[in-house]
Amino acid sequence: MSEDLEFAFALVLSGASIGLMYSLIALGFVLVYKATDAINFAQGEFVMLAGLIVVTALGFEAPLIAAVVVVVLAMIGFSFGLEKVVLRPLLGRPVVAVIMATIGVAAVLRGWGPLIFGIETRNLPLPIGDEPIAIGPASLPPIQVVGAAVALLFFVVFNWFFKKSRMGVAMRAVADNQQVAQAMGINVERYFALAWAMAGIVSALGGVVWGSMLGVDVQLALVGLKVFPVVILGGLDSIGGALVGGLIIGIVESLAAGYLDPYVGGGTKDFAPYVLMILVLMVRPYGIFGRRQIERV
Amino acid sequence: MVGASAQRAVAREGDNQLVVEGVSKRFGGVTAVQDVSLEVPRGGIVSIIGPNGAGKTSLLNMISGFYKPDTGRVVLEGQDITQKKPSDVAALGIARTFQNIALFSGLTVLDNLMLGRHVRMKAGVLSSVIYWGMAQKEDIAHREAVEEIIEFLKLQDLRKQPTSALAYGLRKRVELGRALAAEPKVLLLDEPMGGMNQDEKEDMARYVLDVNQERGVTVVLIEHDMGVVMDISDKVVVLDRGRRIAVGTPEEVQRNPQVIEAYLGKSKGGGGA
Repeated sequence: MSEDLEFAFALVLSGASIGLMYSLIALGFVLVYKATDAINFAQGEFVMLAGLIVVTALGFEAPLIAAVVVVVLAMIGFSFGLEKVVLRPLLGRPVVAVIMATIGVAAVLRGWGPLIFGIETRNLPLPIGDEPIAIGPASLPPIQVVGAAVALLFFVVFNWFFKKSRMGVAMRAVADNQQVAQAMGINVERYFALAWAMAGIVSALGGVVWGSMLGVDVQLALVGLKVFPVVILGGLDSIGGALVGGLIIGIVESLAAGYLDPYVGGGTKDFAPYVLMILVLMVRPYGIFGRRQIERV
Repeated sequence: MVGASAQRAVAREGDNQLVVEGVSKRFGGVTAVQDVSLEVPRGGIVSIIGPNGAGKTSLLNMISGFYKPDTGRVVLEGQDITQKKPSDVAALGIARTFQNIALFSGLTVLDNLMLGRHVRMKAGVLSSVIYWGMAQKEDIAHREAVEEIIEFLKLQDLRKQPTSALAYGLRKRVELGRALAAEPKVLLLDEPMGGMNQDEKEDMARYVLDVNQERGVTVVLIEHDMGVVMDISDKVVVLDRGRRIAVGTPEEVQRNPQVIEAYLGKSKGGGGA
């Protein structure tokens, strides 16, 4: 393989692994939107909160596995409570009300997170070493391999859940038409809570891998901004779309950083995803895999 | 079959399985339904007819729990279900179809029918996670029940088809199947023959009669096709502008001057809204 090709391969590989980690977070967003039609602007803050909980647990000398269990349970509880206390009363209100509520929750988390857990950036060490893992002619930091693997695992599990399990099919029914789902005897509110709890689980693991990669502080919430290009590209309600959208955004970022940054002095990776997002909005506003549906008022 | 004919006999004795007592529903300034009562005998077929906007679907929505009536109550087998949630009403044995076909479009025919059995599924969220075997065993029983419906409605070739790919008449049939999968006591059908051609209508009328006679399901039906209504109904209720203007056997209703007036609009006799 020529040097140029090897360089391109390395960029794509790194982009793909980061992209899978974006997908993981986008998955939390999609799960909630799909089942409940709520747009969660606090997805990044969920991840931040999860990171803060993990490092705090580790600070108490808890073994990693225990810290992960704690954060998963805590995030399930948090999302569950959020749905019940903040969002349930807004059921049937205009979608803007829910959006504003989640923006409010995001602000509260960004403010209270550091207030309670401290503002310093803390490391979240995983027992995986720093030795890059060779893949073909390129190599990846171990955290990216772990992050990508966790993301893929979630996609396999959720794919099974929605295709094969009774609850998953019922949840798709709720997403498709709440009224008719109720006529089938499906308790819609219970499935709303379940969707939020699943988003909590995803955010918990997202907090662990992203926190480990970037360090844990309030900036970790910014990861959530990447959710938007990912889900707009893939489709707000498509789980497969979150996967593909994440991969595309990750790879575009990586290629921009590799090929454009040297000419313009850097920073293209930060806006390339949004350029792509705007282009997609113009051509396919419902995303690659999203449901092609016109909102009727 | 013996059970079905026995139920018919009970119906003649005047045992009302579902009773709607003087329900009213207003939306803002518009009165959709005003003081409407309805007695549905066990094992009977009751049709609700009336011009567009007469309040037929609103009435059905109050029975199935989607609307809470402003006044009056809905009683199923002696139990007041007026304030119950739609999912609880379904669990108590009232299944329904919708005026505009409301299948889950991304799902297959089989998935739609299986969802119809949701109310019959006992293994809950936690127990199905903890004790997988029970849920699996239950699934097989549900699958058998659904297969029986597939056979009854001749949907054998369509199991794995996404419902969005089906022809209109077939979708209506699948929706009937989904409602039947719940093994309801009372089946509410909102224009099951709407938009169908003559052949499809005859098929559907046949299925509705079979459901009623062979399965002993009580049927409440909204339908515009008078031929079908007069053929299959035991009892017809006529609504006009939210009020019940007539009730009786098909023959009685057809002779009722108020009904003729509502349909042909000879002269407006007051009460417009």
